[in-house]
Amino acid sequence: MTTTTQEIENFDSKAYLDMELLRFSTAGSVDDGKSTLIGRLLYDSKSIFQDQIEAIEAASAKRGEEYVNLALLTDGLRAEREQGITIDVAYRYFSTPKRKFIIADTPGHIQYTRNMVTGASTANLAIILVDARKGIIEQTYRHSYIASLLQIPHITVCINKMDLVDWDEKTFNQIVHDYKAFASKLDIKDVHFIPISALAGDNVVNRSQNMNWYNGPTLMYLLETIHIGSDLNHIDARFPVQYVVRPMKNEYHDYRGYAGRIAGGVFRVGDKVKALPSGFSSKIKSIVTMDGELQEAFAPQSVTITLEDEIDISRGDMIVRENNVPQIEQEFDVMLCWMNEKKMVPRGKYIIRHTSKECKCIVKEAKYKLDINTLQRIEDDIEIGLNDIGRVTLRTTVPLFFDSYRKNRITGSIILVDEATNETVAAGMMV
Amino acid sequence: MNDYHLNHLKELESESIFILREVAAQFENPCILFSGGKDSIVVTHLALKAFYPASVPFTLLHVDTGHNFQEALDYRDELVAKNGLRLLIASVQEAIDKGIVREEKGFNASRNALQTVPLLEAIEKNKFDCAIGGARRDEEKARAKERFFSHRDEFGQWDPKNQRPELWNIFNGRKHIGEHFRVFPISNWTEMDVWQYIYQEKIEMPSLYFSHKRNVFERDGVWYADSPYMLKKENEIVEERVVRFRTVGDITCTGAVFSEAATLEDIIQEVAASRTTERGTRADDKRSEAAMEDRKKAGYF
Repeated sequence: MTTTTQEIENFDSKAYLDMELLRFSTAGSVDDGKSTLIGRLLYDSKSIFQDQIEAIEAASAKRGEEYVNLALLTDGLRAEREQGITIDVAYRYFSTPKRKFIIADTPGHIQYTRNMVTGASTANLAIILVDARKGIIEQTYRHSYIASLLQIPHITVCINKMDLVDWDEKTFNQIVHDYKAFASKLDIKDVHFIPISALAGDNVVNRSQNMNWYNGPTLMYLLETIHIGSDLNHIDARFPVQYVVRPMKNEYHDYRGYAGRIAGGVFRVGDKVKALPSGFSSKIKSIVTMDGELQEAFAPQSVTITLEDEIDISRGDMIVRENNVPQIEQEFDVMLCWMNEKKMVPRGKYIIRHTSKECKCIVKEAKYKLDINTLQRIEDDIEIGLNDIGRVTLRTTVPLFFDSYRKNRITGSIILVDEATNETVAAGMMV
Repeated sequence: MNDYHLNHLKELESESIFILREVAAQFENPCILFSGGKDSIVVTHLALKAFYPASVPFTLLHVDTGHNFQEALDYRDELVAKNGLRLLIASVQEAIDKGIVREEKGFNASRNALQTVPLLEAIEKNKFDCAIGGARRDEEKARAKERFFSHRDEFGQWDPKNQRPELWNIFNGRKHIGEHFRVFPISNWTEMDVWQYIYQEKIEMPSLYFSHKRNVFERDGVWYADSPYMLKKENEIVEERVVRFRTVGDITCTGAVFSEAATLEDIIQEVAASRTTERGTRADDKRSEAAMEDRKKAGYF
């Protein structure tokens, strides 16, 4: 196959370098048009290549399907194509001249909590699809609850299949009204509603000619312009130490650099800092990168920090500002999503991972389980199994330094690992 | 108030450096799978940045099919010498000589799939507990579901239906003895991101990526470099054309594209305008709809 270089509009390299990155998740169930919507975004942003289209055309034809099945673009594994289902979170990429996008595409029907939570954990924005004919259904509650639990900063509710309700404004308004009533019970900060038809393309990339009553942005415009600069915590300085850099070279005698990715806030040369758990104080001597030293660094930059004083710091420790210290506890509550077939063992011991720290913990108490369709707390049956969400008290062998998940998604999250199988069995958010 | 935001390339770089440092911290003896292709070059560059001013704590492992572009080998040796890296070569030819693998026969014979055996053997013999690869999720549909930290059993196999969930930036590299991990630090990068990054960082590249004259012949719509490793059919005529390569792999399965792109800027323009994916020039993916998935399950890159 050959690449042609004709008919090129000049690609603006400089603008490309300045683009921001937006990560969003899409959650949906069978037949709600999620694959069509993603296909539409990829297609209209020219992110589907000719050979990919040819490949899915051939595959559709082989399966005896009359139309080109856009879902084949997103279903990557053989079992998925055979059964027509999506098993796992799939990541897709596209860009427009304004932003680069990473979609975490999560299936709605099986293993939904596990997959949705995974996809949501890194997202800036969640797209929740609602079928205009059906309105708010159980799955809408579930998807919205998980988005709020995982503190996705922005929620976009796309009311899809507007073509099938005659582009009716009242239907749209009713769904918006119902959703707001329900969302008031959740911790959602920023929510937008867009009436669309993914199949026809209305209000996805191009403005709809059929719904003049709608004055808001198209989905693509929203994705390209929504303010994401405040999604990270730039107030509370947190630097979990990942790795100690010790060049065994003559010119770097006695050099100890602490490598890590800033999890929150801003660090500047000369800042008075404290190392946890030792509690020793020092000052930042330099912020090192291969491109040269920096005067300041902020989340989510990966840097290497050196200190004025020789203090003992290793992986799992945290450097913070002297006057802004996280919580330091050995016992704390988390909202736990269970992700393994093997149920949570009451009083069971697990390995816990929090930022760069790893230690053991015991499940001290399960307080309640949540019915994520009704948001009711279940207190009489607290057995937590696959896809369950519950509030649990953990006790660790050594203190952790953490923030509430609400305050910082990085320093407020943990995973549990089964000691025997080494599998990741649960994800937790500090309450 | 200051505007604290990173552009997307800086954010991707930061994520990849974070992952490389996790590898150094969580594993005893990691290696980088180095092919001489642009993705493994970028991964190596990121490793230099991640541990600066210390040296890279990984060995470069090159699985050598014996069917290489000489330019790729020269580039590799220079890179290793310049940055004081450790290089280890796992040879497909040796595996063939020892009778561990059998060479494919016929016109489309390729040693690409044969790489799996010497790769797994090198991992076992050198006790590598983690192999870092330059695979990206946008390359191929089976790769879209791969984790950053991808667990392999004691036979080196991938079980796509039983992957560990991966949340936030917490990576679980725990394993039993004999098992290993494949880690893909540039999972979230696209082909365009890679080229833009090479451009931004001024990374030197093998000459194969730039436009040059070469003897090529056409087979099933793909233009291959003429080499002693490929049996030509009667009707296949070798001609000199101006080409470049979009991916660099084994010579027998890497297709060339006609291109005048002589600089990184030209390549970026070409990638921006391209209507086919880079793996569209790879014969190894065209064998079946799930070709990549099958190879990955067996322990391929």
